[in-house]
Amino acid sequence: MRPEPHLIDYAIILLYFAFVLGIGFVLKKYMKTSTDFFLSGRSIPAWIAGLAFLSANLGAQEVIGMGASGAKYGISTSHFYWIGAVPAMLFVGIFMMPFYYGSRARSVPEYLKLRFDEKTRGFNAISFAVMTVFSSGVSMYAMGKLLQLLLGWNFTASILISALIVLAYTFLGGLTSAIYNEVLQFFLIVMGFIPLVYLGLRDVGGWDGLKVRIANDAMVHSWKYMGHANENPMGVEWFGFLMGLAFVLSFGYWCTDFLVVQRAMAADSMTAARRTPVIAAFPKMVFPFLVILPGMIALVATSPKPHDARAQESVAVGSATQSSFFTGGRGIIPPKYDAAGKPVVIDGKVVLDYDLATPMMLVRYFPSGLLGLGLCALIASFMSGMAGNTTAFNTVWTYDIYQSYINKTASDQHYLWMGRASTVFGLAISLMAAFVAKEFNNILDVLQLVFAFVNAPLFATFMLGMFWKRTTGHGAFWGLLGGTVAAATHYGLTLPAGAVMGVKGGYLGPVLHVYPSEMAQNFWTAIFAWVGCFTLTVIISLLTAPRPKEELKGLVYSLTAKPEESGLKWYQKPATLALIVLVLLVGLNLVFW
Amino acid sequence: MGFDIRMPIGMLFTLFGILLIGYGAATSGSSMYEEHSLGLNMNVWWGCALLALGLVMLALTRLRRKQ
Repeated sequence: MRPEPHLIDYAIILLYFAFVLGIGFVLKKYMKTSTDFFLSGRSIPAWIAGLAFLSANLGAQEVIGMGASGAKYGISTSHFYWIGAVPAMLFVGIFMMPFYYGSRARSVPEYLKLRFDEKTRGFNAISFAVMTVFSSGVSMYAMGKLLQLLLGWNFTASILISALIVLAYTFLGGLTSAIYNEVLQFFLIVMGFIPLVYLGLRDVGGWDGLKVRIANDAMVHSWKYMGHANENPMGVEWFGFLMGLAFVLSFGYWCTDFLVVQRAMAADSMTAARRTPVIAAFPKMVFPFLVILPGMIALVATSPKPHDARAQESVAVGSATQSSFFTGGRGIIPPKYDAAGKPVVIDGKVVLDYDLATPMMLVRYFPSGLLGLGLCALIASFMSGMAGNTTAFNTVWTYDIYQSYINKTASDQHYLWMGRASTVFGLAISLMAAFVAKEFNNILDVLQLVFAFVNAPLFATFMLGMFWKRTTGHGAFWGLLGGTVAAATHYGLTLPAGAVMGVKGGYLGPVLHVYPSEMAQNFWTAIFAWVGCFTLTVIISLLTAPRPKEELKGLVYSLTAKPEESGLKWYQKPATLALIVLVLLVGLNLVFW
Repeated sequence: MGFDIRMPIGMLFTLFGILLIGYGAATSGSSMYEEHSLGLNMNVWWGCALLALGLVMLALTRLRRKQ
């Protein structure tokens, strides 16, 4: 079912590239200082910063990954949005932006330096810099692999071309270029996926038709089966989910990852900065319909053979043994193939290539023309993910590593130059990582694991730092370190069901616990890391000397004036908007209970 | 900073809309619509939606410049 893109599809993609580069060129003349380049001169209006905040995170791995999860787990995947991302976004906007923006920190590690000390900043800066540049490489690899599999495009060519385009526009226009292109990407994804969901639902008979065809109640309810881990496809019960995903992982990401926080820091005022994540929360709530549903529909969609009505009837009820479009597949999702071209089978069941769910949907339902738009949306998300990582990297490198440790007293123009230079070498490192990932697949898994260990305890550190004035630098640093070790230890002593020792866990020897699924193991690793970091930070803080209160003004909740909101209309007040989001959120959770 | 982002977004989607409507009209009745989009000429239909978005964005840019 390999599609043949026509001239019109290429034309659409090339037009997009032209605009993206054009925006970069036009913005070059506005990049006069390092603040312009790294923080858009703190002049971005809230709605733009909000859409960029959302899109920076919306890489193709999320678009494709959510489709894959939708096919695997059903509508429970919406938890990632409705109890994970959205509450975290509201929290960072209302409660944490006053400190990020008010402290005038130019990056997340810089906030840590102001609040704690140099070694805490260093730990965060270095681990984030490495993580973000390798994530970019992983993203490139995923894109190259997908385009090669789907369209037969040359792996090296596609990642080189996209890297060069991203390099061009971030080199020229800095963060502003990345932000503007992220807004563009947002509209592309929305306009690219609405017709996909429309056509897919229309084909399977709407939500009710989908429910009937999937024939598995746990896939179409998000809360009903969360009582016990073995009742739902994810293998996690409600507590592990709430604490692991919602609290530790989601808050950990949205509240501390500079990739997204940078967009809010670029806003033109304190209220704009606080509103940015809240504005982003509105479309974020709706995204499950755009990215999760295609995955679910792919499970039961039928091949486009309009004259073979009988064949279509026979695949109406879902089961992996049914004849689907691919032998051994399900719906339009193919199985994973081994090197010999045969479907991979584990424990008697065919392993499906879930990552192909959403791309197959595009290929199945989009005629040439619209296909170009769909591909453009996918490519745009890959590229904006790369751009987001690149702009986060060049800022952290220049301010938190280069300026802090290597060259403290250069001129602003020098740092601007370094910003551009680090854009180049950052992308070069990412490219190398992409090629390494192609050769050594396991390296990818190991890397992702290490990053997860480092990220898991972060939120505890920030929470304690922002809301408890007694937290000290020693406490923060050792807490972070301890939390990371706790994560690695917990992971090393447990295994998910059916896995063997190695990358999946259990590498410390004795396996003390077997989790029903990988997801469960990940969530509990996060919980242990967070608790470990929190406890250690509190204990060590109490044992070390606190900082004088005057130094902490504007950095801690109890020592900061509440933000001024008197002159704002109701729809401009961050708290009011957040309340509306919360009400809608509860509604959505109830509808899909 | 810089320029109003609504302008390039407006221009791009207007162009996309025109392209798809044109292509859809030129390929009207082709079997690919039966094969893919359930018989609907989605190029024309969705092209109109893209065009509408593009024009709205451009209009908003115009309004803002007048302020």
